[in-house]
Amino acid sequence: MGHVFAFHGGIHPPENKRQSTRKPIRQAPLPQHLVLPLAQHLGAPAEPLVKPGDRVLKGQLIASAAGRVSAALHAPTSGVISSIGPYPVPHASGMEGTCIMLEADGEERWIEHQGLADFRRMPKSELIDFIRNSGIAGMGGAGFPTDVKLHLGEDHIVNTLIINAAECEPYITADDMLMRERAEDIVAGIEVIAHLLEPSHILIGTEDNKPQAVRALEKALKGCKLNIDIRVVPTKYPSGGEKQLIKLLTDVEVPSGRIPADVGIVCQNVGTAYAIARAVRHGEPLISRIVTLTGDALGQPQNFETLIGTPYQLLLEASRVSDRKLYRLVVGGPMMGFAVDNDQIPVIKTTNCLIASTYDEMPPAPPAQECIRCGLCEQVCPAELLPQQLYWFAKGRELDKAKHHNLFDCIECGACSYVCSSYIPLVQYYRNAKAEIRTEEAEQRKAEHARQRFEARQARLEAEKAEKEARRKARAEEAARNQAKKKDQSEAVAAAPSGGVGDLKALKTAAAVARTKLKKAQKAVDSARESGSGDLAALESELQQAQQKADAAQQALDAAERGDAQAAGQPDLKQLKTAAAVARTKLKQAEKALKNAEDKGQDGVEALRATVQQLTAKAEAAQQAYETAEKGESAGGADTAKVAELKADMDAARGKVEKAQKALDDAIASGSPAAEKMKAGVEKLQGKYEDARKAWEAAAGTAQPGASPAKLAELKADMHAAGAKVEKAQKALDDAIASGSPAAEKMKAGVAKLQGKYNEAHKAWLDAGGEAQAPTQTEKPDLKALKQQVSIMRTKLKKAEKALEEGEGSEAEVQELRQRHDAAKAELDGAEQARIAEAAAAGVDLKQLQIDAALARAAVTKAERALGKAGDDDREALRQALQEANLKAEELNQTLSRFE
Amino acid sequence: MSAVIIAILVLLGLATVFGILLGFASVRFKVEGNPIVDQIDALLPQTQCGQCGYPGCRPYAEAIAGGDAINKCPPGGQSTIEALADLLDVEAVPLDDEHGEEKPRSVAYIREDECIGCTKCIQACPVDAILGAAKQMHTVIASECTGCDLCVEPCPVDCIDMIPIETTLNTWKWPAPTPGVQLIATDAGRGRMQHGDAA
Amino acid sequence: MALIRSSSPHLHNAGSTPKIMRLLLIAALPGIAAMTFFFGWGTLIQIGWAMLLALGFEAAVMKLRRRPVAFYLRDSSALVTALLLGLALPPFSPWWLTLVGVFVAIVIAKHLYGGLGNNPFNPAMVAYALLLVSFPVDMTRWTAPFVLHADDGWQVLGLIDTFKVIFGALDHSAIDAFTSATPLDELRHRGGLTTEEAFRESRVLADGVGAWHAVAAAYFMGGVFLLYRKVFTWHTPLAMLGSLAAISTLFYLFAPDNFADPFFHLTMGATMLGAFFIATDPVTAATSNRGKLYYGAGIGVLVYVIRTWGSYPDAVAFAVLLMNLAAPFIDQYTQPRTYGHAKPKRGLKEDA
Repeated sequence: MGHVFAFHGGIHPPENKRQSTRKPIRQAPLPQHLVLPLAQHLGAPAEPLVKPGDRVLKGQLIASAAGRVSAALHAPTSGVISSIGPYPVPHASGMEGTCIMLEADGEERWIEHQGLADFRRMPKSELIDFIRNSGIAGMGGAGFPTDVKLHLGEDHIVNTLIINAAECEPYITADDMLMRERAEDIVAGIEVIAHLLEPSHILIGTEDNKPQAVRALEKALKGCKLNIDIRVVPTKYPSGGEKQLIKLLTDVEVPSGRIPADVGIVCQNVGTAYAIARAVRHGEPLISRIVTLTGDALGQPQNFETLIGTPYQLLLEASRVSDRKLYRLVVGGPMMGFAVDNDQIPVIKTTNCLIASTYDEMPPAPPAQECIRCGLCEQVCPAELLPQQLYWFAKGRELDKAKHHNLFDCIECGACSYVCSSYIPLVQYYRNAKAEIRTEEAEQRKAEHARQRFEARQARLEAEKAEKEARRKARAEEAARNQAKKKDQSEAVAAAPSGGVGDLKALKTAAAVARTKLKKAQKAVDSARESGSGDLAALESELQQAQQKADAAQQALDAAERGDAQAAGQPDLKQLKTAAAVARTKLKQAEKALKNAEDKGQDGVEALRATVQQLTAKAEAAQQAYETAEKGESAGGADTAKVAELKADMDAARGKVEKAQKALDDAIASGSPAAEKMKAGVEKLQGKYEDARKAWEAAAGTAQPGASPAKLAELKADMHAAGAKVEKAQKALDDAIASGSPAAEKMKAGVAKLQGKYNEAHKAWLDAGGEAQAPTQTEKPDLKALKQQVSIMRTKLKKAEKALEEGEGSEAEVQELRQRHDAAKAELDGAEQARIAEAAAAGVDLKQLQIDAALARAAVTKAERALGKAGDDDREALRQALQEANLKAEELNQTLSRFE
Repeated sequence: MSAVIIAILVLLGLATVFGILLGFASVRFKVEGNPIVDQIDALLPQTQCGQCGYPGCRPYAEAIAGGDAINKCPPGGQSTIEALADLLDVEAVPLDDEHGEEKPRSVAYIREDECIGCTKCIQACPVDAILGAAKQMHTVIASECTGCDLCVEPCPVDCIDMIPIETTLNTWKWPAPTPGVQLIATDAGRGRMQHGDAA
Repeated sequence: MALIRSSSPHLHNAGSTPKIMRLLLIAALPGIAAMTFFFGWGTLIQIGWAMLLALGFEAAVMKLRRRPVAFYLRDSSALVTALLLGLALPPFSPWWLTLVGVFVAIVIAKHLYGGLGNNPFNPAMVAYALLLVSFPVDMTRWTAPFVLHADDGWQVLGLIDTFKVIFGALDHSAIDAFTSATPLDELRHRGGLTTEEAFRESRVLADGVGAWHAVAAAYFMGGVFLLYRKVFTWHTPLAMLGSLAAISTLFYLFAPDNFADPFFHLTMGATMLGAFFIATDPVTAATSNRGKLYYGAGIGVLVYVIRTWGSYPDAVAFAVLLMNLAAPFIDQYTQPRTYGHAKPKRGLKEDA
């Protein structure tokens, strides 16, 4: 026996262990109904694998471990699963948890099971999995899944394995009896654990009030080759606390917030060792345990080997409980166990003791008095806390101070409450404070999480808005560009029918780039040559490459240009025209320069003259080329390009006419003397326009004998434009009339003219076949569009009404709007009705109906709520509204029920 | 005369020393940003419900820092008011009823067979805790829901319930012991009855 | 079967606050006996009168605070306060002095601060200090031990006469024969004499000092009894007596003519009473064991300082009150090292 150290504090409550050790462990009676909570251990509850009605065998897996920290559950006996549902479980709260209910059939038929022949030959991970599948969880009280602790050998160096056999709580003798009677199996279990963890030293810690158990263990250890020491510590509560026992046996303290394995120590309970032995040797999963039945209310205190899931009542009756005497039923020890108010709660894997106490044995705590800070609690605290200060902070809700005073190092052993001379329920204060702090921290975390999500959402909305804005802008630009392009195209169609322009451009760029590169290379070579530095060869080869590339690019460009011109089969009219124009301009400039020079008698006149001549020749050539091209084109039949050009010409002419007309109008209006002259100009322009138009019409006529859709569209656009013009003009006219302008008469004429034009355009369009499409659109009323229209109308109407209210706007306007709205509404209603009828005929759109009905119902409830809240004044109106809503809802409901 | 000069020199010296000290302190212990807003924001429950009249918790935190009342947050309740009072060193006042009353923490629940898939609640949710798409039924991610109520009003078919969060075995916590004095104060009445029950 | 649910632990030690208070009363018995023996019936009457008043005030305040009176009276804390005050007052103090003292102790020093467990200052000492400051003449008129004025056995003022004196029926001049200064007073007002000369010249110091020795021994016995019963730990008394002894030894060795010897300091005045019955009051003392050491040592030093250089003859009350004031501060910096922590924490909050 090695040296034993000491821990601070501790108490010596009356042991009361004798009562239950007089008799050997007895088999508890087989219960009829077993209740198996899914959460018998720390960690995630097990997941049921059976369903009500399933027949299970003893030892059959009925719920599997869910996650890393969890334990499996097995049927303690054979029978039928009757249900799975909430049932009171052993918990301080007295609440219910999910349980599997098992009806025993009394046959105790085992599922096939077999121990491991030689666990030492198995891979360790398989052995641990085997133990995990046996559902073993710490039997000492907390119920930590054992396999998790057995994995500790993998990432921790385990020097010392401590087998906790201290059982320091008064009353409990389950471990004591287990050691006395089944020391062999315990040692076998320790061997398995030692094989997995490979500790250099094994200590069995027990208290000096269990001499028989120590003797039994010593006997069992005789043949054992492991380095096992039994250390007997003086009886003192709570020497069985994991941290306290470690301190007692090794003088090492487990750092706060860490686990013993961090200091090279692993603790296992003797009961756990026994359960492991049962599983490894015999293949029996954890389906039973030793439970101490004790307390003054029992006629026969003793230890039972009890099936998990056995209700307390059965055990109490087997121990001859006196219902009259029973006052408090404590599960676990008197210091840390919890009292329950229901004797139907089942035994679970961690239930080591049931104390049926009388009133005198465990009287209710007297009312708490004020703390006089007597310091007794501090003297007994095994965690070396200041319980009176913690109490002060816990009571005053100064939670951060409590935390600072190491509240979370409290092991809730109850020693402070035990000695408290003022009967203050200190442990409950600490438990509450701990829970409060945890809740607060969880809430803090949740709030932080919510804040982040809120901010993320805010950012997302911002981004969406920005994106929308960007898209809108892009669209606007796109539209503008499209318009510009359309214009361009209408001009360019003639010029580049083959669409080679883009390629040409690219090629041109490529050629330019190649040229630049070439230049650069040339320069590099030159500078290199100059400086005489090396790598000339490389540079030269580079230069050659660049040269080649440039040549190739140029060639490609040339070819493309040529090919373009040829492939199109037509000279590039536009280009030619431009060329001609450029040539002319240049010529003019040159001429001007020449004239200047001649005037001043300068030198170089000769040269200039030559240039001018040259340019003249060029310009003539260009002009010729252009003209031939043009001629050739018209000769080759009118093509679209030509037509388009003509049209553009015509448009330009028209624009000029209009401008002139306007100027003329102005002039006339202002009574200018130039008006006559201008009129003549306008007429001339008009003539020109007419010419252009004729030319165009001729071209178009020849080009497109049949009205193509494009043409049609164009016509339509013309027509619309004309219509718009008419409207505008009309408006202007109205304004003018209203303001009594003298130009009104004239304007009227203009409007009439425009109207005529519009009619013309309309006719042209109709002629072209536009009428064929028009009526088809109106055939079926588009409900959606109608709805939109109605809502727009409504909005307008409302606005107008509002304006009217505010003293702006006219009554007539509103009236008109209202009429329009009503008309639209009527239309919509008609359409809807038709649709509904249609739907009714063809099978109603149930979903829509349902939605309507739901909406109506909601309206009713909303109305009701409003009614409830409203004052007396609004009551009547609201009630009416409610009635209406009710009616509507009912109607809808009826409709709905008819179809459903 | 020399006494006056000495006095002036001494005062000058003191002024210099303290000036240097203050300067040093202002550099050394410089406070970054406006941490009081952050601190207030950290105390608020972050439900983003807007019951305080501000669009979210942070704006309210800024308002409090600017001198607004601290009792406008119903989800935080009295405990938040007390924490704020503690932080700002002002009197803890009772919750302003105008902004709502303190309710137990709850989560939104959508009765899914009544949902018509209008997405209105999704747009209302300040923390994106509602999943769904147009014409598809929606559902609340309970773990993300702050219980702010904002989705209830927009629902056209009233299919959203606010369900108080129930205590489970995992969230159950020990109640605080009844303070001894109260128990004793009712010695003659309720206290004894409890004893009678117990016995 | 009506089962109850309750928080663990389900067992309780038999110890309780009233029990502790009663133990204190028992432990004070030798001291009371010694006082009565040497100074006559005055002490007993003072204690009785003070206890009566204390219970009355306590009951009245409890009634005002709407608390169950009987329950709180049973904790006996008022009795202990009264006992301490009764022991500290001069045996012939007039009745009203005690009345004022008990009122201050129970009503002001204890209940105005929230009652038992919440008072920052030892109520008896608050009252004593107040009386000493307010009524210095009455408070310093101590009774002469019988050994001084009679060579023929035990002769003190009769019980009835003492009653009459205390309750004003007899003029104080009638008892002048029975009063004298205390040794501490005597030593303070020794004029130009050296300590040794004073011990030779003064009757009180020469012949009467034995009475105080005996009383101190009686208190010491009571203190050891309380230690044995684990009513308090050894830390506070040992630290207090140790520091007092150490500092007085230092000065005595340095200048024996000017300073009294350590034994004199340990046995005179209220040193023993203070060490075992006053400084150990858990409500107002430091909390942790280490804190109690600082707390006790502080009292010891202060007692010596005030006795030697202060203007009041005894100093235990002031020393205890001053250290009461320092106790919360001491608590913050003497937290024990908790299991699993490398070093003890300091202050109240993480950021403090």
